[in-house]
Amino acid sequence: MMTAWVAARRNHRAGGVSVRRVGAVLGRNVGALRSGPAYWLVLLSGFFEPLLYLLSIGVGVGALVGTVPVGGRAVDYAVFVAPAMLAVSAMSGALAETTFNVFFKFKYAKTYDAVLATPVRPVEIALGELTWALVRCLFYTVLFLVVMVALGLTSAGGALAAFPATALVGVAFGAVGMAISTFLRGWQDFDLLTTGQFTLFLFSGTFSPVQDYPAVFQVIVSLTPLYHAVELVRGLAVGPAGWVLLVHAGYLGVMAVAGLWLASRRIGKLLLV
Amino acid sequence: MAEEPLIVARGLVKRFGEFTAVDGIDVSVERGEAFGFLGPNGAGKSSTMRMISCVSPPTAGELRILGLDPVRDGVAIRGRLGVCPQLGNLDTDLSVFENLTTYARYFGLSRAEARRRAGELLEFVQLADRAKGKVEPLSGGMKQRLTIARALVNDPEIVLLDEPTTGLDPQARHLLWERLYQLKRQGVTLVLTTHYMDEAEQLCDRLVVMDGGRIVAEGSPRDLIGRYSTPEVVELRFSGGGDVAGKLDGVGERVDALPDRVLVYARDGDAAVAEVHRRGLAPLSVLVRRSTLEDVFLHLTGRTLVD
Repeated sequence: MMTAWVAARRNHRAGGVSVRRVGAVLGRNVGALRSGPAYWLVLLSGFFEPLLYLLSIGVGVGALVGTVPVGGRAVDYAVFVAPAMLAVSAMSGALAETTFNVFFKFKYAKTYDAVLATPVRPVEIALGELTWALVRCLFYTVLFLVVMVALGLTSAGGALAAFPATALVGVAFGAVGMAISTFLRGWQDFDLLTTGQFTLFLFSGTFSPVQDYPAVFQVIVSLTPLYHAVELVRGLAVGPAGWVLLVHAGYLGVMAVAGLWLASRRIGKLLLV
Repeated sequence: MAEEPLIVARGLVKRFGEFTAVDGIDVSVERGEAFGFLGPNGAGKSSTMRMISCVSPPTAGELRILGLDPVRDGVAIRGRLGVCPQLGNLDTDLSVFENLTTYARYFGLSRAEARRRAGELLEFVQLADRAKGKVEPLSGGMKQRLTIARALVNDPEIVLLDEPTTGLDPQARHLLWERLYQLKRQGVTLVLTTHYMDEAEQLCDRLVVMDGGRIVAEGSPRDLIGRYSTPEVVELRFSGGGDVAGKLDGVGERVDALPDRVLVYARDGDAAVAEVHRRGLAPLSVLVRRSTLEDVFLHLTGRTLVD
């Protein structure tokens, strides 16, 4: 969110991003939410997936695993897995919005063609949709943090520290997802996207420490986005906090800005012909 | 000094790769006018409309809308336009009422103002009883009326309508025309494209006939009929083939043989019919009618306008 508004401010100086118009794009989605139960069901189902993984693997398999070393101290396996599932829930929430929903509006419903006939500009559409993706992402992460605190998987302080990090994760993945969805040719491409997302989900230091991976894979994983999201969220929720967290945050910040820039450009390029 | 025209195009060109959709047109539209682009599918009407709507940058030539440059001042211009596109893009996730309020917000109207406008406009297009319902169950005519209401939400100075009645049944068309006529009376400048002659004659003060990306004629409907046709046209159908047209030489001012009928352009239709009978010809059917823009188009391009 912060990144989105920073980008908005900068563009405002450059000549013309209107917060009011971004709000109008956001408001359209609130209107859709008001108009029926369909969207609420989608919203709720998205919350349960990471939670079920946490319970089945974090708590279930965790009982067999015992403890895992995190930053020099041994923690319960569930404590290790929970922040990763929190990061995944932030990623999935934002991605679901900016891939499936944005793609549908972009390609089939022609929603943005109608919007672009008004003073709203492509970058304002991108910012509005990204802000909405962030709202959805935070809806999941707040609930998830409540569950984590309730199960004793993090402290209240850890939860408060991790919360803004989940926002950054949501904005980063939401922005990149939106850029990707402007390249998708049809629904068949979603299989690729889902596979990619699932691969990240399994191998980003989510279920086992990256240090246990073979050296080559450690390098590869350290280049992928969810790894940085997991490390950032885990560092803040469980520890250890250190300067390296800024590197992870920086990586996500670059994703957000680059994704937003590319998505705006593509929307304009494809619809204003 | 007269006010600058609301829309001025000079040598306007739109190319998509190798394909030239609009090939150097000159147009000017005055405030309060109802202006039409008439032509068959693929004539370049919609491409022209998109450029005027500031959602499609011109490839070459000059274009000024409301005295502004559409590429540089697109945001400001679009704020003063109402666009009714050819392909329905109403928001099916939203109710009828919310379609209007949401759209109003894109123009920066306050929530209260948006609701007030939406209420008024639903009355204007006679959809007030459908306000709470969804868009999907509406008939084609209702959807089109809602799209027009949406185009009016910002109280635009120019309303652009791309094929406003294509695909509608006659009753729905007449209701729509009547609403558009109301707008015109209120002083709104209307710019529309159509491939229906009767629509152009009903609504347009002035129009250009487009074919293959170029303007082939310009004037009021009556002007064009006067210049390129005769007051009356006789439609004759004959059984069998043969060179009937040859035998009609000299009847009326001009004869056009179409695959299914022969058109005789005449100042006096009844006199032309009498002459046909005097020559001993026995058409299966005879229809004397007033000349229309369809005849103008046929004369200008040698083709009919029907899809």
